[in-house]
Amino acid sequence: MSEKHNQASRIITFPSIHDALKAEKHCRKAGFKVKLIPVPRHISSNCGMALECLNRDIEEIMRGIRHAELVIDSLHSY
Amino acid sequence: MRTGKHKTVYFDNAASSWPKPERVYRAMDACMRNAGGNPGRSGHRLSLQAARIIFETRESLAELFGVADSSRIILTSNATESLNLAIKGILKTGDHVITTGFEHNSVMRPLRFLEKESKLSLSCIGPSHKEPLDLPLLEKAITAKTKLIVSMHGSNVSGDIFPIAQIAGIAKRHGIVFLVDASQTAGSLPIDLTKLGVDLCAFTGHKALLGPQGTGGLYIREGIVLRALKQGGTGSRSESEEHPEFLPDKYESGTPNTVGIAGLGAGVKYILSTGVRNIGEKKAWLRAYLIKKLQDIDGMRIYGNPASAGLAVVSFTVPEVNSSTIARNLSDKYSIMTRPGLHCAPLAHRTIRTFPEGTLRISLGIFNTTREINYFIRCLKNTIKQAE
Ligand SMILES: Cc1ncc(COP(=O)(O)O)c(C=O)c1O
Repeated sequence: MSEKHNQASRIITFPSIHDALKAEKHCRKAGFKVKLIPVPRHISSNCGMALECLNRDIEEIMRGIRHAELVIDSLHSY
Repeated sequence: MRTGKHKTVYFDNAASSWPKPERVYRAMDACMRNAGGNPGRSGHRLSLQAARIIFETRESLAELFGVADSSRIILTSNATESLNLAIKGILKTGDHVITTGFEHNSVMRPLRFLEKESKLSLSCIGPSHKEPLDLPLLEKAITAKTKLIVSMHGSNVSGDIFPIAQIAGIAKRHGIVFLVDASQTAGSLPIDLTKLGVDLCAFTGHKALLGPQGTGGLYIREGIVLRALKQGGTGSRSESEEHPEFLPDKYESGTPNTVGIAGLGAGVKYILSTGVRNIGEKKAWLRAYLIKKLQDIDGMRIYGNPASAGLAVVSFTVPEVNSSTIARNLSDKYSIMTRPGLHCAPLAHRTIRTFPEGTLRISLGIFNTTREINYFIRCLKNTIKQAE
């Protein structure tokens, strides 16, 4: 992701790696640019991987996640 | 494959399928070389790679079984573990359980174990005149205490197929949990767990799903809560000393058999791309061919209902010749692998009245051919003639 570690990205955390991979698959299918990254240390989390998304996509991504009834933990700014 | 004089003919696919599709071997090799991290635990590339393999396998299994939420598929080390998790996880002291007269020891032993500890009472329902399970009798056996019905989907002894859709209907009407043992049918017959309305379904990875040994799983319908068999590391909620309650982590702890799961995923993908219906049809055709050839042999007694739809699992006896003698001769002299005896299912053999001698079992896989069946029939006839 070009906006790596940049204000323009948002981080979604998940209870489990399964949920993280599920969300990644879902977002990629929908055409969003996302990347699984190790959870940044300042964000406390459950599962070791988080999904990095572009800020401009986040609303649509969250809507998609709700619609597909995917499980997430929380949403963070970088 | 050749060993010595003869090409190996493998007719023991109900015990474990062999050979596997080429991609199964390749997936396992690649997993070990390129995805050697601990799945999802560490966050680095090799750890993520391993987690992806497990995720993809789970998604493929969910697709095969008509399950929308793949987190409801718990990966285990075999059907035996799945059945123990289901049975011990759902039952409480005083419960009544109904099962069939054909169950494998991986169902019967956990049940008998709990029965011996006076934790449950058990009813085994035998066959009717025509069917492997007397459904009206099963429904009559239900009491206020009945918590669980366990039935296999297909018999590993006779190849008979059990009416799981009807049993699911009965269970639902009475508010009873229904557990299916699909060890012999998963990968051989289409199974839509959502449509069937099954609550729990145990399967093994190394038979018709074409994966390696040491893999299996349990489907748990949403709303069904089990007591987990074990607690431990999951890579999730690492700050907590309490085991997480969400799936799949609740029922999966400890580093899994990632290499095996990679192979299982490749096996399931092979089935999805070939089509489980096509596989089932090919096996049904081979079964019919085998039965027709066997029926030509004098004194041959075939168990199960040869005329009805069945799995490519055929059990038979011939008068005066012991099944283990035949099996040994077939293996030693002709390199044909079959399985004699009781097939880990003494109850089933009691039900079909072949206990304790058992039967000789031929179980065909997708890679078997009619040519192999012809060869087997010739060798079987020779063996019988020599024994007489
Ligand atoms: C009907 C049935 N149930 C359960 C099992 C147990 O499978 P596994 O040995 O993989 O646990 C088998 C096969 O051995 C079987 O045929």
